Amino acid sequence: MNRELILKIKEDFANDIISFVEDRDMPVFVIRREALLRFVTFLKECAEVKMEQVTDITAVDWFKKREERFEVVYHFYSYTFNHRLRLKVNLFENDAKVPTITEIFSGANWFERECYDMYGIIFLNHPDLRRILLYPEFVGHPLRKDYPIDKRQPLVKLRRPEESRERP
Amino acid sequence: MSDLNERVQEITINMGPSHPAMHGTIRLLLTLVGEKVVKCDTQIGYLHRAFEKMCEANIWQAIFPYTDRLNYVSPLMNNVGYAQAVERLIGIDVPERTKYIRVLLCELSRIADHLTCIAAASMELGAFTVFLYCMEARDLIWDRIEELTGARVTPAYVRIGGLARDLPEGFNERVCSILPKIEKVISEVDGLLTNNPIFIDRMRGTGIISSKDAIEIGFTGPCLRATGVNHDLRKRQPYLIYDRLEFEVPVGSRGDNYDRYMVRMEEMRQSIKIIRQVIKDMPDGKINIENTMYILPPKEEVYNTIEGVVNHFKLIIDGIQVPKGEIYDATEAANGELGFYLVSDGSGRPVKCRVRSPSFALMQGLEKMVVGGYLADVIPTFGSINMIGGECDR
Repeated sequence: MNRELILKIKEDFANDIISFVEDRDMPVFVIRREALLRFVTFLKECAEVKMEQVTDITAVDWFKKREERFEVVYHFYSYTFNHRLRLKVNLFENDAKVPTITEIFSGANWFERECYDMYGIIFLNHPDLRRILLYPEFVGHPLRKDYPIDKRQPLVKLRRPEESRERP
Repeated sequence: MSDLNERVQEITINMGPSHPAMHGTIRLLLTLVGEKVVKCDTQIGYLHRAFEKMCEANIWQAIFPYTDRLNYVSPLMNNVGYAQAVERLIGIDVPERTKYIRVLLCELSRIADHLTCIAAASMELGAFTVFLYCMEARDLIWDRIEELTGARVTPAYVRIGGLARDLPEGFNERVCSILPKIEKVISEVDGLLTNNPIFIDRMRGTGIISSKDAIEIGFTGPCLRATGVNHDLRKRQPYLIYDRLEFEVPVGSRGDNYDRYMVRMEEMRQSIKIIRQVIKDMPDGKINIENTMYILPPKEEVYNTIEGVVNHFKLIIDGIQVPKGEIYDATEAANGELGFYLVSDGSGRPVKCRVRSPSFALMQGLEKMVVGGYLADVIPTFGSINMIGGECDR
């Protein structure tokens, strides 16, 4: 992305951007949670940015290292302009909720489910927020830093076939 | 007529995980009306081995064996992808010869991966001969990989800043000698499948996805190119020496199973072309960087000098000290964009080692591809996606 474009984005969202870094691989925006949906819609619809794909959604747990414990990280890619962008939202542990972007990018669905599965971050209004890689009876969220690597899980009661049809 | 429709009941069937076509790692809950699929709930995770959690507990160099087990059909590509991400995070450049060797191994792996995909997909349609032919050709590649790395599927060959060892004497000539055999297999498979009416009936027009949907869902690699999007990271964001090589990117038009098959066939031919160029131009020289902060010192030094021992010890116990920062680095793996998102706090262990695997996004699109089609079309569609459990579930 060129400098003028970044300046334009910074001006348009002056009140919502917490910080901005031009990292070695792509520009990185940290944005207020309230502005997330507006910002992502802008990324998709602005004719000069035109992010067509959400490549990846994940989170980073800064347990005991930062006040705002979770950082949700979005990666976008534009096929038209061949540029990438990283977007971050910081969350407190007691309020680890962020609005879903599935209505803007339907491809975000599974990535958000995985993020919920691994970190316990709630994606508000998500159409289908179930665990994806783990099973419904799993206790805790394994990629949190306070989840011990050798923790054992309780045994799961035998499920009847009709019960296993729909996972909670 | 409406009376008839009311009597048609929806039934739910369970396909997998113990289904021969589901590779043992996928469960599809299919809702059918007659034989038409109206809903498909894809459930993954049967091969989840906590890749990211294990990475966070290990030093940077010790992650290579884990990356082997992501896409276990083309493990060297994962090695290269991970090594490249860490190297970019540190800011080091590998020697020229290493780049050539990496490209050579990547393209060999790509052929092996595509052969496996075509083999498995066509066997599921009953073409057992094709399966055997492709496996034979894949074995030729795996023999060479075994000669080089000592293992067939879990090589852990690439290192941060270099490679585990140099190519053995006469390796390139032996690679050259298997290429005509692979070409022969490809043309034989071409003759058996491409114009085969049974194969075309099953593949043509099934599992269709439009390019717009494919991009939005997160498709990359051959499955995206089959929908008509000319996108290959080797061309658009060149890494290693791909900008110096001459090759074409095959593109489909319909986005159906047949196009995905055709794209893979052509990509194998292009990979062979790349391998020939790489072998022709491969320079001599060192394979590792000199800086022993990142690469183990030579064994003579470790055994004979105290500095060498300390250096070796620190690297093994504390790990490579990767500077604070983060990076997202993507390479074009056989199935699509393989991205590594690494976060370092300046210590020997990653804070976060995220894999953006192509199969995960491809599986997300499966529902869109099978709904509206027949139950029997699920098999070729799933086969042509080439879902690799290890990569999808991590």
